[in-house]
Amino acid sequence: MLTAFAIVTDGLVYAAYLFLVAVGLTLIFGVMKILNVTHGSFYAFGAYGAATAVGIYWDRGLPDAGGFLFMVLLAMAIGLVIGLILERGILRLVYGKDEVVIVLVTYAVFLILEDVITLIWGPRSYAAYQPMVAAGNVDVGNLTLANYDIGLVVLAALLAVLSFFALKRTRFGRLLAVVIFDRETAAAFGVNVTVVYTITFAIGAILGALGGAVMAPKISVTLGIGVEVIVLAFAVVAIGGMGSVEGALVGALIVGICRAAAVHLVPQIELFIIYGVMALVLAFRPYGLFTRAQPRKI
Amino acid sequence: MSAILSVRDLEKTFGSIVAARDITVDIPPQQRVGIIGANGAGKTTFINMITGYLKPSKGTVRFEDRDITGHSTREIMRSGISRSFQVAQIFPSLTVFDNICAAAAIARGPAGTLGHALRPLRAPETMAEADAAIELFQIARYRNTRAATLPQGVRKLLDIAMAVVGWPRLLLLDEPTSGISIEEKFALMDVVMTALKSRQMTVLFVEHDMEIVSRFADRVLAFYDGTVIADGPPDVALSDPRVQTLISGTKVAKAESAHV
Amino acid sequence: MATRANLVGAVCFILLAAIAPALPGWFLSLTTIAFANALVVLGLIILWRTGLVPFGQALYYCAGAYTVALLARWFKVSDAFVLIILGGVIAGLIAFLIGFLLARYREIFFAMLSLALSMILYGVLVKTESLGSTDGFSVEPPTFLGWAPHGQALGFALYWLVLAVCAISAVLVSAYFRTAAGALAVPIRDNEIRVEFLGVSVNRLIHIKLVIAGTLGGFGGALGAMTIGHVDPAMSYWTTSGGFVFVTILAGAGSVAAAFVGSLVFEIVRSIAVDVLPGFWQLILGSVLLLTILFLPEGLGSIATRFRRSKEPAT
Repeated sequence: MLTAFAIVTDGLVYAAYLFLVAVGLTLIFGVMKILNVTHGSFYAFGAYGAATAVGIYWDRGLPDAGGFLFMVLLAMAIGLVIGLILERGILRLVYGKDEVVIVLVTYAVFLILEDVITLIWGPRSYAAYQPMVAAGNVDVGNLTLANYDIGLVVLAALLAVLSFFALKRTRFGRLLAVVIFDRETAAAFGVNVTVVYTITFAIGAILGALGGAVMAPKISVTLGIGVEVIVLAFAVVAIGGMGSVEGALVGALIVGICRAAAVHLVPQIELFIIYGVMALVLAFRPYGLFTRAQPRKI
Repeated sequence: MSAILSVRDLEKTFGSIVAARDITVDIPPQQRVGIIGANGAGKTTFINMITGYLKPSKGTVRFEDRDITGHSTREIMRSGISRSFQVAQIFPSLTVFDNICAAAAIARGPAGTLGHALRPLRAPETMAEADAAIELFQIARYRNTRAATLPQGVRKLLDIAMAVVGWPRLLLLDEPTSGISIEEKFALMDVVMTALKSRQMTVLFVEHDMEIVSRFADRVLAFYDGTVIADGPPDVALSDPRVQTLISGTKVAKAESAHV
Repeated sequence: MATRANLVGAVCFILLAAIAPALPGWFLSLTTIAFANALVVLGLIILWRTGLVPFGQALYYCAGAYTVALLARWFKVSDAFVLIILGGVIAGLIAFLIGFLLARYREIFFAMLSLALSMILYGVLVKTESLGSTDGFSVEPPTFLGWAPHGQALGFALYWLVLAVCAISAVLVSAYFRTAAGALAVPIRDNEIRVEFLGVSVNRLIHIKLVIAGTLGGFGGALGAMTIGHVDPAMSYWTTSGGFVFVTILAGAGSVAAAFVGSLVFEIVRSIAVDVLPGFWQLILGSVLLLTILFLPEGLGSIATRFRRSKEPAT
C-alpha cells in the first residue's frame, strides 16, 4: 500500500518534470515540423541561469517568494533571447529543407551551445538547493513529501491547463492549430507564418528554459544535463504524438508512473523503461497516441 | 477465358461512408473502357480495389480467372496488371531514361528471389526495353532530362510508359489527361492509345472529358454515388438521361467514333 | 567508371597498408579507429541513399563491441577473425529481428524508433552489474591465427586487419549499389509508392538494407573494441549515433569512398580540436557541421562529383 502510494507520488513528480521539458518540444514540432535538438540547450541554459540566480539572490535575507520568481524569470529571459537569436539567425536559413536536415542543423547548434555554456559557466557543477530547502516538507501518512515537488506537479498542471486554454480559446492559439494542420493553406489564408514561427519557437525556448529552471534545485547543474534531457523529451513527445499537448501530458504520465513503478519494483529496468514504452507505443501507433490520421496519397 | 477482368458485388466502406457498392462488371480482353463520373463517385476507389491499394469490404475481383481479391499491390502488379496515376508518380531526381530503366529492371524476371535482386540494374536488355518504351511514347527528346523538370504532358506519358514497360495485360489509367491543356489532350491520348494497341492491352481509363471518352472508348462505365449507373457503348451510355443529368450535364453531340 | 573507382580504391588501400611502418603510433591508432567507424558510416550511407536517417546505429556498433568483449572474457575466444565475424553476425541478427518492426517506418519516426532501440540497449547495459555497468570492462588483445603480437606489432596487426575488412566491405557494397536492389535506393527515396506499384516490396528491401547496415556496424564495433581495448555502454548512447550521422553528412552519401575519407577527416579534425582547443571542440565540430549543411549539403564528396561532372562531355 505504501509502495503504491509512493509510486503514484514519485510518478506524478517525474511526470511533471517530463511534461515541463516535453511540452515546448512538441509545440515546436507540431507547428514548425522541426524536431529541435537545441531544446536540450534551452533546458541547460535555464538550469544554469536559475542556479546563477539562486546564487545571487538567496542567503541575503530577501523573501523566498522573490527568489522563486527571480530564478524563473531570469531563466525564461535567457531562453527567449537565445531562442530568438537562433530562430532569426540560423533556422530561417533552412526552412523548407528536408525535415531531417533541419534536425541535423539543430544538432549542430546544440553542440555549439554546449561549449558556449562551458565558456560562460565553466566545467564545475552548481548546486542550487536553497529553493527546495526553503519550501519545506509535508508529511502525508508515512511519507514525507517535499513541498517543492508538490509545487512542480501544480506548475505542470497549470501549464497544461494554460496550454489547452491558449490553443483552443485564444486567437493566436487557433492560428497555431491551423498552421499545425496545414502550413501552406494557412499562409494562403493570410496567416503570417513567419511571425507565427518566430513566436512559436520563442515560446518553445522559454518553456524549455523554464523546465531547466524549475529542475535546477533538484539536480546537480553540470555539463551534459542537456544531452540527457533531449532523449527523454523526444521519447515523451514520440509517445504522445508530435505536436499534441494532450499527448505530451498523457505521455508524461504514462512514462512517469511506469518509471516510478520500475524504480520501486524492478530497479534494473529503470533506465530503459521509458524507451521500452516508447518502442512499444510506436510499434502499435507509429505516429504516437494523439495524432490525426494521414490523408490518402494517390 | 471470356473476361480478362471479372468483378462481382464489389463494395468498399470507410466507417459509415460507402465509397463503392454493388459493382459487377465483366471486361473482355483488349476492350477499351472509359470510366466516367463526378469526383467522389467511386472511380478511383474502384481502381484502388482492383490494384490492391484498398481491400474490398465485400465482393470479388478475378483477373484471368484467378481470384485476386484483397491481394497485395505487389502481387497484383506482378500478375499482369498495371496502373498510372492521376498525379504522375515518377522519380524526380532521375532522368526519363533512368525512370523507365528502373521500371523495366523490376519487371524482368521472377520477383522476390535473391538472384533477381542482385542482378545489375543497367543490363543491356533492360536498357533496350527502356529505349523501346521511349520510342513508343514519342518522348525521345526528353530521354536524358531530369524528370523533375518535365512539362506536364511528358510527365504523364512517362508515368504511363513506366506502367507499360513490364508488358501488363490489363492497364488502368487514372485520369491520363488531367492537368493537360484542351488542345493537347487528344494528342496525348492518341499517342497513348496507339502505343497500348500495339501491345494488345486491355485498358480502363478514368476520364472527365466526354469527347475523349466518345472517341477512344469501346465501352463506358458511368459511376455515380459509388455504383455503376450505366454500362454500354459510348453513344448509348452517354445518351442515357441519368448519365446526362448526373454526370455529363449536357447532351453530347455524337462524336465520330473514329477508333484508333 | 565503376571499375576505375575500384582500382583507385584498391591502390589507396594497398598504399595505406604499405606505409604502416612509416606512420607514428598515434596516427596508426587514429586511422585504425577511424576506419572501424567508417564501416558503421558505410552502413549509414546505404540507408541514407534510401532516404532513411537512422539515429541509432550505435546499437550495432555497441553490440559488435560487447560480443567481442564477452566472447573474449567468458569463452576465452581470442582469434581476431573469429571475433569480427561473430561480432558482425550477432549485430546482423539483431538488425534482422529489429527490422521486422523498423522497416515499416520512415523519416523522423524511423530516426526516433532507431534512437529508442539504441537507448534501450544503453539502459540495459548501464544497469547490468555483471557487465561492469557504466564503467564497462576491458578487452584482451586478440590473436591472429595463433600469432599473439604485442605493442607496436599489435598496432600493425589491427591496422592491417581493419584495412582488409574495409577493403572487402568497400568492394562488396560498391557491387551492391550496382545491383537492382541497391540501385533502387534512389527511386525508393523519390517515390516509394511508385516502387511498390511496380511490384517491389519496399519494406523487404529496406529490411535487407537494415541487416547489411547492422552487420557493418557490428564489424565496426568489433574492430573498435579490439583496438580501444575497452567497451562501455556509452558506445550505444545517442551521442555516439550522432557522431556517425555527423560523419555521413560531412562526407556525403554519394560514394563508398566517402565513408572512409569522411571518417578519417573527422577523426583528424576531432583529435586536433580536442588537442589544440579542448574547451571548444564541440563548438568547432558543431560549426563545421552547420557550415557543411548550409553550404555543402551533399558533403565533401560533392566536391569530387562536381569536379567530375564538369569534365564529362554533355550527352
